[in-house]
Amino acid sequence: MTAVVNGKARRASAQQRSLIARVLATEGVPILLVLIAILVALMALAPNAFLGWRTYVSVLINYQPQIICALGLTLVIASGEIDLSFPSVITLTSLIFAAFYRFDNVFWLNWLAEGRTPEEIKAMQAQLSWLGVVAALGIGAFVGFINGALVAWIGIPSIIATLATAFVWRGMAVFLAGGKQFALRDFNQTDLWDITTGRLFTGLFQSGDVVLRKPDGIPIQAVIVLALAVLLWFILNRHRFGESLLFIGDNAHVARVVGIDVKATRVKLFTLMGALAGLAGMFLTMETENFTTTQGQASLLVVIAAVFIGGTSIFGGSGTIVGSYIGILIVVMLQIGMVAMGLGGDIADMVIGVVFVLAVILHMLVERPERLKGLGFGNR
Amino acid sequence: MAFGNVVALRHVDFAVGRNEIVGLIGDNGAGKSTLIKIITGVLRPTSGRLYIRDQPIAWSDYSVRRAHDLRIETVYQEKSLGEKQPLWRNFFAGRQITNRWGFIDVRKEKEIANKILLDTIGFRGVGIDAESTVSKLSGGERQGVAIGRAMYFDADLIVLDEPTVALALKEVRKVLDFIERIRTSGRACIYIEHNLAHVHELADRLVVIDRGEVVSNIKRGEMSLHQLTDHLLALQAKKEAAA
Repeated sequence: MTAVVNGKARRASAQQRSLIARVLATEGVPILLVLIAILVALMALAPNAFLGWRTYVSVLINYQPQIICALGLTLVIASGEIDLSFPSVITLTSLIFAAFYRFDNVFWLNWLAEGRTPEEIKAMQAQLSWLGVVAALGIGAFVGFINGALVAWIGIPSIIATLATAFVWRGMAVFLAGGKQFALRDFNQTDLWDITTGRLFTGLFQSGDVVLRKPDGIPIQAVIVLALAVLLWFILNRHRFGESLLFIGDNAHVARVVGIDVKATRVKLFTLMGALAGLAGMFLTMETENFTTTQGQASLLVVIAAVFIGGTSIFGGSGTIVGSYIGILIVVMLQIGMVAMGLGGDIADMVIGVVFVLAVILHMLVERPERLKGLGFGNR
Repeated sequence: MAFGNVVALRHVDFAVGRNEIVGLIGDNGAGKSTLIKIITGVLRPTSGRLYIRDQPIAWSDYSVRRAHDLRIETVYQEKSLGEKQPLWRNFFAGRQITNRWGFIDVRKEKEIANKILLDTIGFRGVGIDAESTVSKLSGGERQGVAIGRAMYFDADLIVLDEPTVALALKEVRKVLDFIERIRTSGRACIYIEHNLAHVHELADRLVVIDRGEVVSNIKRGEMSLHQLTDHLLALQAKKEAAA
């Protein structure tokens, strides 16, 4: 049990909280300071990469799928569960989206291309890609639902259930792709590209007379993901569903006693996570204009690390959307920074691992100091 | 009420009136919990009748949720609050004040939570407000919050399932004061308690259950604590003789 502060001390601590203490207690502020400190250090150590805008624009362009997954995983971890299958859901939904655009290239849709001219096929690609959006989100939600059903209704712990289904979704993706990778040629000429992947404020980021195929600028994905982060913040902190997740993560027995439908909430949670992974897969494919059979597989550790570095409780019952968003930026900036300093990905991995451990210790210090007996904290 | 071949309760005739605290006592396995679970809609009995406010209740239609609708609330031994959550969330968990899209009216919930803390529970000058997390509260304060929640939601019948178990002496006193508040607010209460002194002090009537049957119905003042203890020991001896 946690140590109980007596009434007098509690009163005093409430009154004495200074402005600085209150600002520091605001969600995301401490982690934002950590990010700023890291950026300042990197500006000093690798000025070439971190004093211009190119690195930052490139992060905005390339890391939106990881941010989406980190936001979703925040809800999952806050409710005391884990989802290890989202990288495979990314691969699967990447394929689903890519298949609708390149229907001429996959064995289960190529009958549509029979007897059509290349011009007709190109026109159809642009139209079918819209269907691809619906299909990628729908399939993502559906496989998430299967994850949820295994966890909530069958009762398999989520770490095992989603580890198992990760194999299934990944295998399914490779099977449906016919085992090959393919490009989504000319996707950047479609209307769909314009509203999902297109660039904003390109005038601000021109350099010289170089004309890039895809101009530098703020990608619309980044704006969509920011809006999604705001929505998910409200869902976790201000919606009945988010509150149910917090209570389940805190103590599932209590959640049941206060009248929360624990099973239904868990199924909804994994369905949402699946749909978000579907969105991530779709955005990834749109940006790279390519499908590979390992698409998204590298995101697992980065995303989980970002959520915990961000401050979401390893014990469940609390989670921070702002922290996870910034957590991804911290991990990514460290990766880029190490490489920019000429140190390579191997050193970057080691640094991220150390930051991960330090961050978890720091968060535990706030949340459950008694668990850190080994470091001399807590009396028991 | 039977579980398979085991008859847990038999011929139990049990009533609670308005403004009355009924203490339910008996050994472990006597059937107290089973009786409570039937009343609160957790279990359905093999046979029997239930009347709430003189209205017969159909078992097929009775559940925990229905019990809530009929203003029956239960405060469990422990673990009826989310530890890491602030009190305002705990008061309204499962029945939040929301708009039509399910978003919570946080300001209103906090306002009401603070009111409950002050008026219903009587937390004054102890540094607890709606923003406090449960983990900062002592065991007795937690039970107070759970009882206050039941009272706020206008429970007419509050079932207390051993609310003082595992509490320090000082904390027990606080919980007993909360229970006293239930009486003064004009509600009915079923109070399960192992500690005879507590239940003897608070209950208007004591119902002793033994091996699934009601064996005595003792009104307040009929027996001193000492006599009550002797009475229960006599029952125990009879049981041992029979076995």
